[in-house]
Amino acid sequence: MQLVLFWVFAALMLIFGAAVVFLRNPVSSALSLVMSFVFLAALFITLDAFFIGVVQVLIYAGAVMVLFLFIIMLLDLRTEQPRRVNIGAWIGGAFVVFGFIGLLGKVLSSAVPFNMQKPPISNPQISDVSAVGETLFRQFNLPFQIVGVLLLVATIGVVVLSKKELK
Amino acid sequence: MTPTLGHYLAVSGLLFFIGLAGVILRRNILIIFMCLELMLNAANLSLVAFSRYNLTLAGLPNYNGQVFVFFVITVAAAEVAVGLAIIVALFRAKRTTHVEDLNSLKF
Repeated sequence: MQLVLFWVFAALMLIFGAAVVFLRNPVSSALSLVMSFVFLAALFITLDAFFIGVVQVLIYAGAVMVLFLFIIMLLDLRTEQPRRVNIGAWIGGAFVVFGFIGLLGKVLSSAVPFNMQKPPISNPQISDVSAVGETLFRQFNLPFQIVGVLLLVATIGVVVLSKKELK
Repeated sequence: MTPTLGHYLAVSGLLFFIGLAGVILRRNILIIFMCLELMLNAANLSLVAFSRYNLTLAGLPNYNGQVFVFFVITVAAAEVAVGLAIIVALFRAKRTTHVEDLNSLKF
């Protein structure tokens, strides 16, 4: 049952991910990226990472992709006109991508125990959110505050960049 | 039967390769940006898989991996905001999002 669900979610995620690359219209690309993120959140939940799954839906599928759709509408992008194909880029791209797939297959079939079964969690009563929160605020308190500063800097940067003329 | 660690890593690698192919093959700067997000998410999936399969001594998932994913998502959100602002500024100056038309550093 778990394996079936895993394959369904993984296949749907990869199909929608490929649709991002192959669809010509930017709006359809963005919407299939949303679907891909939703199924990725489902995969996170099959890994018992409930907090990360919810955050994935809220932040990625919600906030980030809405931002993308706003920008697509703001720029009023049309379906891309097919242009002259750059043969060199296609050959280089295919070489890199298939080399990467070959490397992936070689690593995954190597002697390292990647065929490990999922070990059962000893104490499933502990809430996932509270465990992540404890780790975040105890061990990673300083990085957490630095990330807050990073978000502030990003906000100010966006406001400066969006001004009509840069001084 | 449960999925093994290799299953998750293979799916994560394939997702990364789809994103990489998009970055190399597409010429629209917004689509390239979306494919970058795809690659970041592939890395997130492998991090969460490692966190789940590598239990701590107490028999709980290794939450350090999930906290790392949390940081990746936060930084990615900031990156998307700044990147899209740059794309809008670029579009105001050049009236295009096609990367082959954006071939000068200063305009």
